[in-house]
Amino acid sequence: MSDLKKIKDEFLLKLNENLNFNEINEIKSKLFGKNGLISSQFKKISSINEEERKKFASDLNIIKDELLELIDTKINRIKNSEINEKLEKEKIDVTLPERSFVRGKIHPVSQTIDEISSIFSEIGFSVEEGPDVENEYNNFTALNTPDNHPARDMHDTFYLDKKKEKLLRTHTSPVQIRTMLKDKPPFKIIAPGRTYRSDSDQTHSPMFHQVEGLHIDKNINMGHLKGCLNYFIKEFFEVNKIKMRFRPSHFPFTEPSAEVDIGYEMKDGKIVIGEGNQWLEILGCGMVHPNVLKNVKVDPSKFQGYAFGIGIDRLAMLKYGIHDLRAFFDCDFRWLNHFGFDPLDVPTNYRGLSR
Amino acid sequence: MKITFDWLQDHLKTNFKEKNLLEQLTNIGLEVESVESLFAENELFKIAKIVKTEKHPNADRLKVCDVNVGERELKKVVCGASNAKEGLITIYAPPGATIPKTKTKLVTAKIRGVTSHGMLCSESELNLSDEGDGITELSSKYEKKIGKSFFSKSKSNLIDLSITPNRPDCLGIRGIARDLAASGFGKLLELKEKKIQSKIKQTLKVKINKEKNQGCSTFGSCLITNVKNTESPKWLKNKLISVGQKPISAIVDITNYVMLDINRPLHAYDADKIEKGIIVRNSNSGEEFIALDNKNYKLEKGMCVISDYKGVLGLGGIIGGTRSGTELNTKNILLESAYFEPSSVRNTAKKLNLDTDAKFRFERGIDPLSIEDGLHKAALLIKEICGGEISKIDIQKVGTHKIKVIKFDTNLFESISGYKISVSEMIKILENLGFKCKKEKKYLKLTVPTWRPDISQEIDIVEELVRISGYDKIKITNPIKERNKSTLNKSQKLFHFLQRAVASKGYLEAITWSFTDANYNMHFQGENKNIEIINPISSDLGVLRNSIFSNLIMHMSKNLDRGFKDLSIFEIGPVFTGKNPGEQNTVVCGLSSGKKSRLSWIEKEREVDVFDIKRDVVQTLVEAGYNYDEFFVDNDTPNYYHPGKSGRLFLNKNESQAAAFFGEIHPNILKKIDIKTESLLGFEIFLDNLKISNKNLKNQKIKFNVSDFQKSERDFAFTVNKDVKAQDLVNAISSTNKNLISNIKVFDVYEGQNIPENQKSIAISVTIQSNEKTLNENDLENINNLIIKAVENKTGAKIRS
Repeated sequence: MSDLKKIKDEFLLKLNENLNFNEINEIKSKLFGKNGLISSQFKKISSINEEERKKFASDLNIIKDELLELIDTKINRIKNSEINEKLEKEKIDVTLPERSFVRGKIHPVSQTIDEISSIFSEIGFSVEEGPDVENEYNNFTALNTPDNHPARDMHDTFYLDKKKEKLLRTHTSPVQIRTMLKDKPPFKIIAPGRTYRSDSDQTHSPMFHQVEGLHIDKNINMGHLKGCLNYFIKEFFEVNKIKMRFRPSHFPFTEPSAEVDIGYEMKDGKIVIGEGNQWLEILGCGMVHPNVLKNVKVDPSKFQGYAFGIGIDRLAMLKYGIHDLRAFFDCDFRWLNHFGFDPLDVPTNYRGLSR
Repeated sequence: MKITFDWLQDHLKTNFKEKNLLEQLTNIGLEVESVESLFAENELFKIAKIVKTEKHPNADRLKVCDVNVGERELKKVVCGASNAKEGLITIYAPPGATIPKTKTKLVTAKIRGVTSHGMLCSESELNLSDEGDGITELSSKYEKKIGKSFFSKSKSNLIDLSITPNRPDCLGIRGIARDLAASGFGKLLELKEKKIQSKIKQTLKVKINKEKNQGCSTFGSCLITNVKNTESPKWLKNKLISVGQKPISAIVDITNYVMLDINRPLHAYDADKIEKGIIVRNSNSGEEFIALDNKNYKLEKGMCVISDYKGVLGLGGIIGGTRSGTELNTKNILLESAYFEPSSVRNTAKKLNLDTDAKFRFERGIDPLSIEDGLHKAALLIKEICGGEISKIDIQKVGTHKIKVIKFDTNLFESISGYKISVSEMIKILENLGFKCKKEKKYLKLTVPTWRPDISQEIDIVEELVRISGYDKIKITNPIKERNKSTLNKSQKLFHFLQRAVASKGYLEAITWSFTDANYNMHFQGENKNIEIINPISSDLGVLRNSIFSNLIMHMSKNLDRGFKDLSIFEIGPVFTGKNPGEQNTVVCGLSSGKKSRLSWIEKEREVDVFDIKRDVVQTLVEAGYNYDEFFVDNDTPNYYHPGKSGRLFLNKNESQAAAFFGEIHPNILKKIDIKTESLLGFEIFLDNLKISNKNLKNQKIKFNVSDFQKSERDFAFTVNKDVKAQDLVNAISSTNKNLISNIKVFDVYEGQNIPENQKSIAISVTIQSNEKTLNENDLENINNLIIKAVENKTGAKIRS
C-alpha cells in the first residue's frame, strides 16, 4: 500500500519536472516496461490475500491510469510543439506571384456580332451568310443597280477580273438575293459579315463589317421597320430611351429609303447615346424595291418588307468608345488586350449583352 | 451641290430663317453635309493703304511695306508685287486668314530675315479675277473705308448638300426650291423669263448623224455675234463666289450660272474656230483631241463627239476642247444646249477616266425640255453683258422624248408607309412637285415632270409622298418576340464555339484583311494560285489570302518589334481558293511565339513547342465534341511547316480531309521574312472539314455507365524502331480489348544508353478494368500477354524485360 503511494508520489513529482521526449519515455518504461515498477505490482496481485486483493487492484489501476494519462499528455504536448516548430520553419512568402497564366480575348467586332445576333434572335431573325467574293449580278444588278447607274460610283469596288464580273462584295446586301433565291417567303434574316471598298483613309478601311437585315412577309410596312430598328438600337446600346430620326435617302435596292440618325451628346469626352441634340448617322434602310423582289421571283403584289444595313465596326466604336477604325485591323497586341472581351463573356438574352 | 439661302430666294418666297431651311432640307432628303460661313473667314480681309515702302535688305525683288490697316500701329508686310507703292489702297490679309485661291492659312513668318505680319493680296488670290500680276489696286473711293472689311456682309452661308444620284433635278437651285415649296417651306416663284426675239438665222450648220447608239438626241444652239467677252459684273461674280466657284470670264461665268441655277449645262464655242459646221457623231477608233483640262485624249470607237469638218471639238456632255474654246478676245459664239444619253456619257467618261461637272449632271439625266430655256436665259445674259447679236434658236433632233404616265393606286401609299394621307393631299404634293394629276376612281393618272428621270413606277410615287409628307409621320410598330426558326445553324454554332474555345486557350483574337501581300502569301499558298485584285488599294495588298498565316505573321512580326515576345494570336475567317463565289473556306488559324514561363521564379522557362500547340488544337476539338479516341495524326503537312516538327490531325482514320495542321513554322520562312523570335508555332483548323453532328446535345449524352470493380494499372516498356509512331503502339493496345482497356497513356520516351541505335524505348501505362467483375491475376496476365503480342506483331516492337 505504502509502496504504491510512494511510487505515485515519486513519479508525479518527477513527471512535473521539465522533461524531454526521451526522459518521459524512460520514465514510462521504468513504470510500465516488462519489469517496470507498476507492471511488477500487477504481478503481485495474485499473491496478495483475498481480502486486500480487491482494494489493492483497484488502487493500482487508479495509479496506473493517473500516471499513464499524465505521461501521454506530456508526450502529445512535446509532439505538437515539434510539429509546430517544423511548420514554422516551412513558412513561405505567399505574396510571390502564382504560376503564370495567359488570357485570350475576343475581338470587339466578333463580340458585337454576337450581341447583334442575340438581339435579333429575340424577335425571330435567323443568321444567314454569303461569300466574300460575289458576282456582279448579286452585288449590283439584282439589287436594282444596273451597270451604267451612277449609284455604282457610291461603291468603290475591288474587282477580281478585267470584265468586272467577279468582285469583293461591297455590302452584305447580296445575301438578301442569295437567301430569297434559295427559299420561299416569308424571310426574316440578318447577315453579318466582311465587306470591302477600295477606300482607305483615317475613317475608311478597305475592309469593314456590315450586318444586313431583311424581313419580307405579307403587310410588312415602314412602321415595322421603324419598330424593329428602334428596338434594336435600344437593346444594343442598353438604354431605355433612344432618340431616332429617319431621313429620306436613296439606295437603288430600297424604296422609300431612309438613313437613320440617333441622338447623342458628349459628356466628359465620351459619347452618350440616346440624349442630346446632336445626330449621328448609323444605318441605311428602306422598303425592299419591287424590282429586287421581281429579280428573286418574289411577287411584289403579295409580299413586301424592309431591309437595312448597319456598319458593325461603327456600332462597336460607339458602344465601346473606340476612336480609330483602322486600329480594328492593325492587330496591335496592346489594343486587342485592351478592347478585347473575355471568351466567357458570351452575350445572351438572360444574362444581358454585357457585364 | 453648293447653295446659299440668298440664291434660293431667287426662286423661293419664304418667311422661314436659314436655320429652318437646314432642317427642312434634311427632312426632305436633301442632306446637309456642311454649312460654311464664308463671311467669318472673309471678314478678315481689310481695306488697307501702303504708307511707306522700303527695299528688302536681303532681296532685290521684295519690298517691306508699312501698311495702315485702320489700327493705331502700322503693319510691316513683306511684298513682292511690282505695283506695291506708297499711297496704294489695296487688300490686306492678316495672319489667320485663309487665302481663297490657295486655301492656305497665313501665319506670321520671316521672309528672308524680315518678319511679315500678313500679306497684301492680288485679285486672283481672292478669286476676284484672273489678275495675278501685282496686288489689288482699289480706287480712291476706298480711302474712307480703310480698316473696314473688303467683302460685303450680306453673303449668306455656303450650304453643301449631298444630292443622291436619283435627283439630278436638285443639281439646280430651282429644283431644290421646288422641293422645298412642295414641303410647305414657301412658294415657288413663277419665272417670267424673257425670250430671244430675233430674225437672224443661225447660219452654222448643225447635224446629228443618225447612227446606232447615237449618244445625242437633241442639239439646240444659237449664234451670238460681235460680242466683247469681258470680266463678269459684280453681281454675277459674287453669285459664283458665294457657292465656291471661281469667276473666269463673262461667257464662261454665264454658262456656269445657268447650269447651277436651273441645272442646264451649256457649252460656248468660239464660232470662228469651227470649220464649216457642227457634226454630232460617234467617234472613230484612235481619234484624238485636247480637252479643256489640257490633256490629250485618245478616243475609242463609238463615243459621242461634237466635231467639225476638221475633227473632234469636244466630248458630248462631258468636256469641250481647247481648239474651239472661248477666250477673252472671242468675237462670235456658238452656244450649245443639248441632250446627251446618260449611259453614253457614263460609259465614255468611265473609259477615259474623266470626271466633270457636266458629266456628273448628264449621266444622272438632264431635263430634255430645258434646252430652249437654257439658250434663252444664257444668250440674253451674254447680250446684256457682252453685247452682240443673237440668232434664232436652231434645234436638231434625232429622237423624241416620251412623256411618262403612271397609273397610281392610292391604296399603295398606306400599305407601304403604314399611315394615311388623303387623296387631295397626295394631289397637292404631287402637283407642287410638277406632276399633272388626274383622278380616276381609285387611281391617279400622273404625268411625270420631264426633270424627274428617277420616277417610273408606283413605288416612286409612294416615296415622293412619304418624303414630302414627312418620315416622322411613320408610326412605330413594335416587334413581336417570337422565334420560329433557330437563330444559328449547326456550322454557325461551331464557328462561334471554336472562336471562343481557342480564345480561352490564351489566344488574342485578331481580325485582319482578306487580302494580303503576295510576297507573304507565296510562302503559305501551298497548291493555290495567286488570286489577284485588279485594282488593289496598294501593290502590297494585291491578292486574296490563300492562308491566314500571311497576315497573322506580318502582324506578329510588328508586335515582336514592339518588344513583346510571348504572344498568341488567332483569327477565324475566310481563306480563298479561287476567284469564284464560294471558292473559300473558313479556317481558325493561330500563332504562338516565344517562351512559356519566361522569367518565372517558380517554373522552368522553356520555348513554346509543338506539343503546346497540339494541345490547343486537340483540346479545342475535344471541347467542340469530337472524339479524342478516334483522332489520327500523321506528319504529312504543307511546306510552310517544319517538316519534322508538325502534324496533321484527322477526326478519325477514315477521313480524307485533315481537320487541322499544327507545328513549327518552317525556319526558312522565318529567315526570309526576317521575323525575330525564339520560336514560332502555328495551327490551322478547317471548319469545312469538320463533321457537323446532327445530334443535339441532349442526344449526345449516352447512357451513364461506370464500373466500380477494381482497376489495375500495368506499365509496359517497348523498344521499337525510331520511325514507329507512339500512336501505332497505342492503337495496337486499344485494339486488343476495348471493353477492358479504359485508359492508355504514354509516359516516357527514351533514346540513348542501353537502347540500340535507331531504336527508342516507349513506356506506356495501361488501365485495365472490367464492367462485370474484379479481374484476377490470371485475367490480367492474359491481357498483358495479348497487349505485348499485339504491339510486337503490329509495330515490330520488343517488350523490355
